[in-house]
Amino acid sequence: MMAPALARTAVGYDTASVRADFPILAREVHGHRLAYLDSAASAQRPRAVIEAVDHYETHCHANVHRGVHALSQAATDAFEGARERVRRFLNARSAKEIIFTRGTTEAINLVAHAWARPRLGPGDEILITWLEHHANIVPWQMACAATGATLKVAPIDERGELRFDEFEALLSPRTRLVAVAQVSNALGTVLPVARIVKAAHARGVPVLLDGAQGVPHGGADLQALDCDFYAFSAHKLYGPTGIGVLYGREALLREMPPWQGGGDMILSVSFSGTTYNDLPWKFEAGTPNMSGAVGLAAAIDYLEDLGAAAVHAHEQRLLAQATTAALEVPGLRVIGTAADKAAVLSFTIEGIHPHDLGTILDSEGVAIRTGHHCAMPVMDFFGLPATARASFACYNDDADVSQLIGALHKAREVFA
Amino acid sequence: MDLKELYRDVILDHNKRPRNFGPLAPADASADGHNPLCGDRLTVYLQLDDGRVRDVHFDGKGCAISVASASLMTEAVKGKDRGEIARLFADVHATLTGTMAEPPASLGKLAALAGVRDFPARVKCASLCWHTLNAALAHECRPVTTE
Repeated sequence: MMAPALARTAVGYDTASVRADFPILAREVHGHRLAYLDSAASAQRPRAVIEAVDHYETHCHANVHRGVHALSQAATDAFEGARERVRRFLNARSAKEIIFTRGTTEAINLVAHAWARPRLGPGDEILITWLEHHANIVPWQMACAATGATLKVAPIDERGELRFDEFEALLSPRTRLVAVAQVSNALGTVLPVARIVKAAHARGVPVLLDGAQGVPHGGADLQALDCDFYAFSAHKLYGPTGIGVLYGREALLREMPPWQGGGDMILSVSFSGTTYNDLPWKFEAGTPNMSGAVGLAAAIDYLEDLGAAAVHAHEQRLLAQATTAALEVPGLRVIGTAADKAAVLSFTIEGIHPHDLGTILDSEGVAIRTGHHCAMPVMDFFGLPATARASFACYNDDADVSQLIGALHKAREVFA
Repeated sequence: MDLKELYRDVILDHNKRPRNFGPLAPADASADGHNPLCGDRLTVYLQLDDGRVRDVHFDGKGCAISVASASLMTEAVKGKDRGEIARLFADVHATLTGTMAEPPASLGKLAALAGVRDFPARVKCASLCWHTLNAALAHECRPVTTE
């Protein structure tokens, strides 16, 4: 593993070597080279992740925290080792603050159930933004419906940027929680989370950051971000599906009741009373996804080996190149033109529905996302039912951009 | 996978110039259809005589497949009664999903949709209008107007 890493450092960012780490990129789609530009939906996995999961399944698997036998110990070590790896990656103070979940969605739901619901009452407010993914809208709507609280939404402008002054004006004495995305999944907008956290904390309001799109594009230093909750999914970070993380400030997690009951989250159970387990296991009822956690840890190793800054610079270069070339396609309109954007290019082409674009691009081996991107309010803001979205990751290269642009011209020919 | 099979000239033409497009007033029945996956939304309006479709219109927004399918459908069901429409939809559905090797003669111009069978993700686009038509026929007892 060291040799390729050193080679990359020596010659700068070696895209060919990165691509070789991802076996799936070698396959063809409809007789074409695969240009995978849908990493914002789910990123592909490097061989290191596939092998780490395979190694766990082949050599270490048993149930965790239970047996005295060798495999149970091996599985527990692997699982808790992965937790410590996540802690280090996030720069969290303690592994007690790292809760494994099924993904970002479950992490946010955990906070909505165990933190928000017991604290909310009529007149209380939760503040989100217009840019949120449904996973950071619906859990709060449900919490509000159950408690009589109100969901407030900070508006955006036509560039897809948060109107920060209006966000600040919506922070009221009744705001109980601010829950915002670090990066918009539909548009790529990077939100001013440092200012958001500062403004909220100045009023004593805790902040949850949805890091699903933020964490792959530059990582997350939680002590620098200073947020109170942080949620992300492994599969957007070159790791497996079905595993994600909720970080919570230890003091807040301690105050929260468990949200699911079962095995692993208890110390003792009797019919006269049950004692809950310590953090973080209090929030991990049932047998967890051990192989997923191992895969996530391997994905973090891989990303840190590449270097988050190098990956970010590479993606930004591709985004700039793709945006310039796309704007030369007649009728193409870029949706989301924030000054600070992650590597997401959302667009429409006049006279061609995004769904048709998706099919035509697929026939050319180009995989993009088309639709509302689980962010219907963003689509409504721009008066669109859907957009096409190309997203760039560590393994994309100039050929992917050319293939995308070529396929867009082909789509125009089909619909000429 | 042949793109030309999917985007045949008939499909592209009906997408560009949808027939029977726009609200029908007064309508004896109407229904809204929504495909949340791609955001397609359309409304089907009916004028009925004794359970027979005298006139049918649609409007809304969607991809080329859903717009062309709706446009072709309006032409095909005009003058037909419920039983004839049900049989036609069964043939259309079998053609879209590929359970019927060749589109039956009953399909007429609707046979242009046969290419959809190689694009399973698009079957819902082509069938949205038919489900919406069925909903409108079911609502016939509750007349709606566009006024």
